[in-house]
Amino acid sequence: MQNKKILVAAAGGVMGLLAVLLVRYGNPANMGYCIACFLRDISGGLKLHRAETVQYMRPEILGLITGAFIAAVYTKEHRAVGGSSSLTRFLLAFVSMIGMLVFLGCPVRVALRLAGGDLNAGVGLLGLIAGVFIGVQFLNRGFSLGKSVSQPKVNGYIFPAIAIILLILTLSGASFFAASKTGPGSMHAPVIISAAAGLIAGILVQRARFCTVGGIRDFIMFGDTHLLIGFLSLLVVAFIGNISVGAFKLGFAGQPIAHTDGVWNFLGMALAGTGSTLIGGCPLRQLTAASEGNTDCAVTVFGLIAGAAFAHNFGLAAGPNGVPAAGQAAVLIGLAVVLLTGFAGVYRSKSVPGGVGLGQNG
Amino acid sequence: MDKTVDARGLLCPEPVLLTKKAIEKEKGGTIRVLVDNNAARENVTRLAKSLGWNITITTREDEYEIVLTK
Repeated sequence: MQNKKILVAAAGGVMGLLAVLLVRYGNPANMGYCIACFLRDISGGLKLHRAETVQYMRPEILGLITGAFIAAVYTKEHRAVGGSSSLTRFLLAFVSMIGMLVFLGCPVRVALRLAGGDLNAGVGLLGLIAGVFIGVQFLNRGFSLGKSVSQPKVNGYIFPAIAIILLILTLSGASFFAASKTGPGSMHAPVIISAAAGLIAGILVQRARFCTVGGIRDFIMFGDTHLLIGFLSLLVVAFIGNISVGAFKLGFAGQPIAHTDGVWNFLGMALAGTGSTLIGGCPLRQLTAASEGNTDCAVTVFGLIAGAAFAHNFGLAAGPNGVPAAGQAAVLIGLAVVLLTGFAGVYRSKSVPGGVGLGQNG
Repeated sequence: MDKTVDARGLLCPEPVLLTKKAIEKEKGGTIRVLVDNNAARENVTRLAKSLGWNITITTREDEYEIVLTK
């Protein structure tokens, strides 16, 4: 058990360290790793949206999937499963992503922004905790997306295969993907360094079952600090790293790729927190589980990518100057979607002691 | 009185939550928990141990039977 704790702390710590290094090598500030931002960039790289400043096939993500897949196969944990409300997961991921892009970051970037001294991320963290707390209330009352079942093996290989093919194309310098000339999408570490960092993170995250939302959730639900240690380790190591390379700047104003609108920072992350809790984990965990052969989580990742494309095609995402009115409306609609889904999932059926009826609540 | 929690096909936190509910209800005796992924096995085991239950784990093809006794 103690080894597992060390593993979780190590996974968070290494991610924090890699994040600081990736920024040194060219990634945007406080964005060594951000699953939401990078999925949005990939969404742009695949030309699913036309926002010219955020298009790049981030090798960190492709490497992470590859690493997690290799680790899962090696430890015989790779299994093709699915059939647990995949469309609902797609929807919840879609609206969660809009929340994250209104805040400008996933829970991993909340930690990285805090570690860089960005106090707006503190407001985001409070929103995230509030969201997870709401999600936990639904879980405690029997919200469930139902059981997954084993699927034919091929199902489990599709998602990692797509990532590995895209990684090979990206490493070989394929030029048909969109790539930003200016803005955050144009800022990136050398491809090989990004890919290697992704690979290392993927292996560690898979072995540790690392999950930022899970850390907050388990602490609220069970008083269990196991996964939370990983989140804190990420924060502390990135903080020490930023201090030592002079990348720490405390304050609200003028923070990199951030805005100071507290209300929407809070509500955006509250939406992301609630949605992520209902689907069983943060975007990073969804990526890992999808790499392990979980097709529901693969559909969830596509939901995140689609949500990012939608956010940029319809001008919902925040910028340095704040959140557009359309983005504010989208967050409110998203909150309605997650709350309605939560209530519907709780009151669909009464709980059955000792198990879960297929597709019903436990 | 044997009690079984079938958490196969569920990802955490659900297996842990179902186990916790069973533990709160039973207070003692024997509870069988069925899970089918390593993360769930680790988490259920961690919860049960922290609450002072004894654990034995039997591995079957792609499944784990965790027997909690107290």
